[in-house]
Amino acid sequence: MRMLKFLLQKELRQIIRDPAIIRILFIMPMVQLLILPLAADYEIKNINLGVVDHDHTEYSRKLVNKVIASGYFRLKDDSPTFNQGLKAIELDKTDLILEIPAQFERSLIKENQASLFIAVDAINGVKAGLGGAYLQSIIQDYNQDVRVQWIQYPRYNPQPTIQVTYSDWYNPNMNYRVFMVPGILVMLVTMIGSSFASNNIVREKEMGTIEQINVSPIKKYQFILGKLIPFWMLALTVLTMGLAIARLVYGIVPLGSYFTIYVFAGIYLVAILGLGLLLSTYAQTQQQSMLVSFFVTMIFNLLSGLYTPIESMPGWAQMITKFNPVSYFIEVMRMVMLKGSGLGDIKFQMLAMLGFAVFFNGWAILNYRKRSG
Amino acid sequence: MKAVVVENVIKTYKTKKDVVEALKGVSFSVDKGEIFGIIGPDGAGKTSLFRILTTVLLADSGSASVDGFDVVKDYKQIRHRIGYMPGKFSLYQDLSVQENLEFFATIFDTTIAENYDLVKEIYQQIEPFKDRKAGQLSGGMKQKLALCCALIHKPSVLFLDEPTTGVDAVSRKEFWEMLHKLKLQGITILVSTAYMDEAGLCDRVALIQKGQLLSVDTTKGVISQFKKPLWAVKASEMFRLMNAIKDDPLVESCYPFGQYHHVVFKTGSDNKTHLEQLAKQGNFKDFEVQAIEPDIEDCFMALMKE
Repeated sequence: MRMLKFLLQKELRQIIRDPAIIRILFIMPMVQLLILPLAADYEIKNINLGVVDHDHTEYSRKLVNKVIASGYFRLKDDSPTFNQGLKAIELDKTDLILEIPAQFERSLIKENQASLFIAVDAINGVKAGLGGAYLQSIIQDYNQDVRVQWIQYPRYNPQPTIQVTYSDWYNPNMNYRVFMVPGILVMLVTMIGSSFASNNIVREKEMGTIEQINVSPIKKYQFILGKLIPFWMLALTVLTMGLAIARLVYGIVPLGSYFTIYVFAGIYLVAILGLGLLLSTYAQTQQQSMLVSFFVTMIFNLLSGLYTPIESMPGWAQMITKFNPVSYFIEVMRMVMLKGSGLGDIKFQMLAMLGFAVFFNGWAILNYRKRSG
Repeated sequence: MKAVVVENVIKTYKTKKDVVEALKGVSFSVDKGEIFGIIGPDGAGKTSLFRILTTVLLADSGSASVDGFDVVKDYKQIRHRIGYMPGKFSLYQDLSVQENLEFFATIFDTTIAENYDLVKEIYQQIEPFKDRKAGQLSGGMKQKLALCCALIHKPSVLFLDEPTTGVDAVSRKEFWEMLHKLKLQGITILVSTAYMDEAGLCDRVALIQKGQLLSVDTTKGVISQFKKPLWAVKASEMFRLMNAIKDDPLVESCYPFGQYHHVVFKTGSDNKTHLEQLAKQGNFKDFEVQAIEPDIEDCFMALMKE
């Protein structure tokens, strides 16, 4: 016990003395949490719109005004012909063309119907899909307006219609940040857990200090605990800072309790630190461990459901996410933060995480040798 | 009982393409309270041998024991009894002198106070800098600190892997004085070095080359094995002189040694006149020749030839 206490003391001392670690530890979460949630936004805004208006009537102007007034589109180009409008897309000036045919107004009034043409630059699939959809719904709305103007509806609708109203649960304002901040926080804690711990052990290899530890009677578990506990505490400190930023800057107050988050984070970190430890037993230099942990955390993060929903991944990718600890933590974070889930609701995730912890640490301990063959 | 016994130890390293034989069946033993030097050039297998004896490396075959304990079976006991100072300075550079010492005392389950007597004399020299980070110490001081850390748990056998490499002459001398004082405390010391002049400071030496022991004896014993007369020659054009001597069929070996070339002949009759003749033929100016007593380096050169 005395030995473990001393190991921890030594480790913390070294961490505190390393200005790089402290800087990274405090600046990284700040930057990531203050910049990323604001910048990495799913909502598509500022779509550059090109209009090719062959009609030039009150109705066509009204339509264009309505589209612009929606706030999603910016009028960037107004070309007399479609070909010129297409040129603007080619030059990347616009993302989308709305072509209004000549006699739009006349055919609308006379024949009670008119057609419009929308051309979309589909290089960015998300932007194209959402932009097209927004524009369509705005035009539909416009259509509705026109009909209301012309026809006085009777008090009761002669034809049965289905009206859809909806309410957004758990995130009523569809606030994107509420969804993103907990996820980014998980990413951060994961990076600290896996790469910092593994780098630290590999550094002892590089410096040769591990040689002196290996010839000493110190026990394997003492050495490993001496390495894991400081980084466990460090990662929880960063989590605390992150939660504080989420609350103070974004006003995100978890519906569930902080206690639930910490309990799960505690188990999660044991698993992730085990992964870091495992990497360190294979890596010989800090570059190696850095690159490998970068690669692993990158895959984990992209397949975690942080950026793209797991449900929309292909079947095989969904299988992979089952073996990804990060996806469990992100799920739990969102459950606790937005739905107010308690320990009982995350039983399954906790069990899975315990499995990961045993697996990674077991493998690492088996693979860590005080002597080589 | 012997402090260290090594019997027919073989160690090979396999890389993708080739197999490197680091130790090809090494056997020797070290008495208690002896300073035993393992002397050989870089890559001779010194560090492999030390790592096997300090239980961090497994030999392919052969057996070894330290303090009567087998290095494979009883490695736990050995780890309590040995001190190891690796060739590369490997203390925590970001911890202070005192923190390093405390750390190594703790991992050997002891305290500084408990064995302070043993390290006192060495530690006092670095005590004025005890709050300085180990990384900021000079080479000599780093080495003293490393020795303190290796001694703090009162080991019965001390392994020093090239402790004086990269250390200035004064610090080297001091270091050997420290070792002799430690010997008086009954500590067995195994020290490896690439410096031949340090061989004379050991009680016994083992000359090692390419994984094989060439000779194990006291320094005097090793030197007495050198039977042939040895000549030191000097002239104004040293390089041409060496080539001229080497071309002579009667010469066994010729190698540079400080200001002189040392020459050994295959047969022992009238070598001096032969050398003088050779100088005359080659028109060497300021030619000098004298008979000298061989030292350990000459023995090593001779043994390497065999």
